[in-house]
Amino acid sequence: MSEEILVEEKTDFEKRFPEILRDERDGYQGYIIPAEKLVEFAVALREEFGYDFLSSVTGVDYMPEDKMEVVYHGFQTTGGPGIVYKVQVPRDNPVVPSLTPEFPGAALQEREAWDLMGIHFEGHPDLKRVLLWEGFDGHPLRKDWREPFFEEEGKPFKSRWPGGDVIRIEDNNPFNKNVNYPAGFDPADWTAPGESAVYQNVGRLDHAVSETAIGTDQIVVNLGPQHPSTHGVFRMVVRLEGETVVDLEPVMGYLHRNHEKIGERNTFLMNIPFTDRLDYFNSMSNNFGYVLAVEKLMGVKPPERAEYIRVMMAELTRIVNHLAAIGFLLNDLGAFFTPLLYAFEEREMILDIFEAVSGSRMMCNYYRFAGVARDLPEGIFEKVKDFVHDRLPKKIDDLDAFLTNNEIVRTRAIGIGVLTAEDAIAHSAVGPVLRASGVPYDVRRADPYGIYDRFDFDVAVRYHGDIYDRYLIRLDEIRQSIRILEQVIRDMPEGPIQEGKPQYQVRVPAGEAYGRVEGPKGELGFYVVSNGKPNPWRYHVRAPSFINLTALGVMCKNYKIADVVSILGSIDIVLGETDR
Amino acid sequence: MNDFYGKGLLKGLSITFKHFINTYLEDIRWLVRGKQRYYTEEGIENRKSASTKGIFTVQYPEEKLPVPEEFRFIPFLVYEVDENGEKKDRCTSCGICAKVCPPQCIWIERTNDPDTGRPVPEPAEFYIDVDICMNCGLCAEFCPFDAIKMDHDYEISVYNRQEKNIFNKERLSRPVSYYASIRPTNYAREEAARAEAEAAKAAKQAARQQKQSA
Repeated sequence: MSEEILVEEKTDFEKRFPEILRDERDGYQGYIIPAEKLVEFAVALREEFGYDFLSSVTGVDYMPEDKMEVVYHGFQTTGGPGIVYKVQVPRDNPVVPSLTPEFPGAALQEREAWDLMGIHFEGHPDLKRVLLWEGFDGHPLRKDWREPFFEEEGKPFKSRWPGGDVIRIEDNNPFNKNVNYPAGFDPADWTAPGESAVYQNVGRLDHAVSETAIGTDQIVVNLGPQHPSTHGVFRMVVRLEGETVVDLEPVMGYLHRNHEKIGERNTFLMNIPFTDRLDYFNSMSNNFGYVLAVEKLMGVKPPERAEYIRVMMAELTRIVNHLAAIGFLLNDLGAFFTPLLYAFEEREMILDIFEAVSGSRMMCNYYRFAGVARDLPEGIFEKVKDFVHDRLPKKIDDLDAFLTNNEIVRTRAIGIGVLTAEDAIAHSAVGPVLRASGVPYDVRRADPYGIYDRFDFDVAVRYHGDIYDRYLIRLDEIRQSIRILEQVIRDMPEGPIQEGKPQYQVRVPAGEAYGRVEGPKGELGFYVVSNGKPNPWRYHVRAPSFINLTALGVMCKNYKIADVVSILGSIDIVLGETDR
Repeated sequence: MNDFYGKGLLKGLSITFKHFINTYLEDIRWLVRGKQRYYTEEGIENRKSASTKGIFTVQYPEEKLPVPEEFRFIPFLVYEVDENGEKKDRCTSCGICAKVCPPQCIWIERTNDPDTGRPVPEPAEFYIDVDICMNCGLCAEFCPFDAIKMDHDYEISVYNRQEKNIFNKERLSRPVSYYASIRPTNYAREEAARAEAEAAKAAKQAARQQKQSA
């Protein structure tokens, strides 16, 4: 997008909307939109310019300038680079019009921005906290918010070194004393206002009240937070008419640890092992997304061999994820653990490779800025080669042969949980969920990063948008990943794996960057703002698991309660990433 | 699609049955060759390889999977033992590990010379709160003296973590020989680099002396 700056002429956007401004801060791109024009601009982007996909909505607290900024990233589902547009509002009264009525995909993200930054979205149908609990005091991502035992604004903490005072950090947080309550708040006689709001809102959308002779009543059922089908601590509040789902609302945040605040305290390098803990099945592609964002800011590129190793690891992790996703989906369909454990046998082979390369099976911490942590150890390349050429294709064919035509899988998956292409785009669904609905949108092809433009592969796409297609597309993607891996193995060059000397204190120039990769679960984006200091000013994760849940209600409506479990399984969420 | 109901079920059960039979066939094959398939290194290696048939699990803790060289778990401090049998820490208490540590779990107490009061490049104490350590390995990666390395010992559970889980220098220290045994290729590479650097230094010094004498 840096080419745009060279062009003196006005862009089409500026011709259409003369009141918008270019963002001319150093290292920034895109446009600044007046708040009252925002909805009109976003709709025009979709209707006239083809930017139909609103990928990311997030806020930044520019405390020194006394401003709050809401940052929107829009893309075209036909491919190409995206557009960034921002709205700036005063910090003491941050009110921005909501895009949710036009783009339902913004619903959860705007709730998150309200929850963590305190930005009020006017016109949002259901603006309440999403990750934190209703009684929480303040909005933690605001720069002036401090936790009860605040140490310092940024790491490394002076309090820990070099004085050498041995303290257990948890002694700072004795039980019950690590929470600040709002003034006049007594936890003993308080019920969360959000709790009743959840139940009221489940019936928010229109539903037909039964008019049959037998007076039936709709009931609300909580699936979770501790339920074997929810893949973690996640809750679905379901309103039922008999066995049929009338409405469903996801409730999350039970695993919330404010990853983004931790990330803003960390130095840039320290964030890499923290990204491992987001989607713990795919630490490799999490690392990938983050280093891409920071590399954009730093203006560096890894050497050839590192690029190939990166792609190799990212594709292996995609295979791991899809094997696990298929296995867990079969679990949800009632094939308890047998298919899963056979899928895990292959996963184990790949995790052995990860362990040998990075030192850990799941928390890989392998990518570095402008390189990777270390070269492949002896014998690993051959192991990957054998695995990809001989073993894996056979095993995938086995899975296909045993599962695809299984009568139970077919009856329970075909035509269930249908998400149309229009709904998928409107709800900002990404990854296999979007592609199973007939939208061939894959970041690797639409906006290639790394060296993905060199590889020959097909973007897997299926057209029914049901559970069965979401299962099949994962098999398709594993096969495409094997194709990419074959090319990586064929072309892998020798050479250095790190550009320059590895440094623990990297210099990141001021500016903003949005790095996105096609993670196994969908578009994983990292929005990083630097002000030239050792710690990022803003670090935001656009988590595919979280945003894909926006469409869960739409997918489940009018299906049976038993299908809810398998529909959730077919989205493939990881709570570490959903709750962050 | 299906000829009769239950075909998919039978097909599925057949895989499990095949695995079951294969386990015993493989056992017999090993028996005929006079080799132990269980509780031996060779057997474990075979069961985790890509060519294994039948059972592929190991019976932990009786059997343990070997860990690869790069495996990382809780850092340790490397010390050298000189000819007189005296321990010498490689650590110079420069504090880079403490600065780079993402969860900030490292504390270092520096030594001061008792006479002059000036700092000595040696830690008086070195603490790691292993409850907080996230095993990321950044400390080992960025240590300029190869003094802190990641361990392979993952069995560190204790009954009383409040007392036991802040490791001090004594608990953390391991001899170079231990490091060489768990990470042979890394050790060889570092030693080669060190020898090269020393040779270069010696050559430089020799050249300088020659210049002076001439």
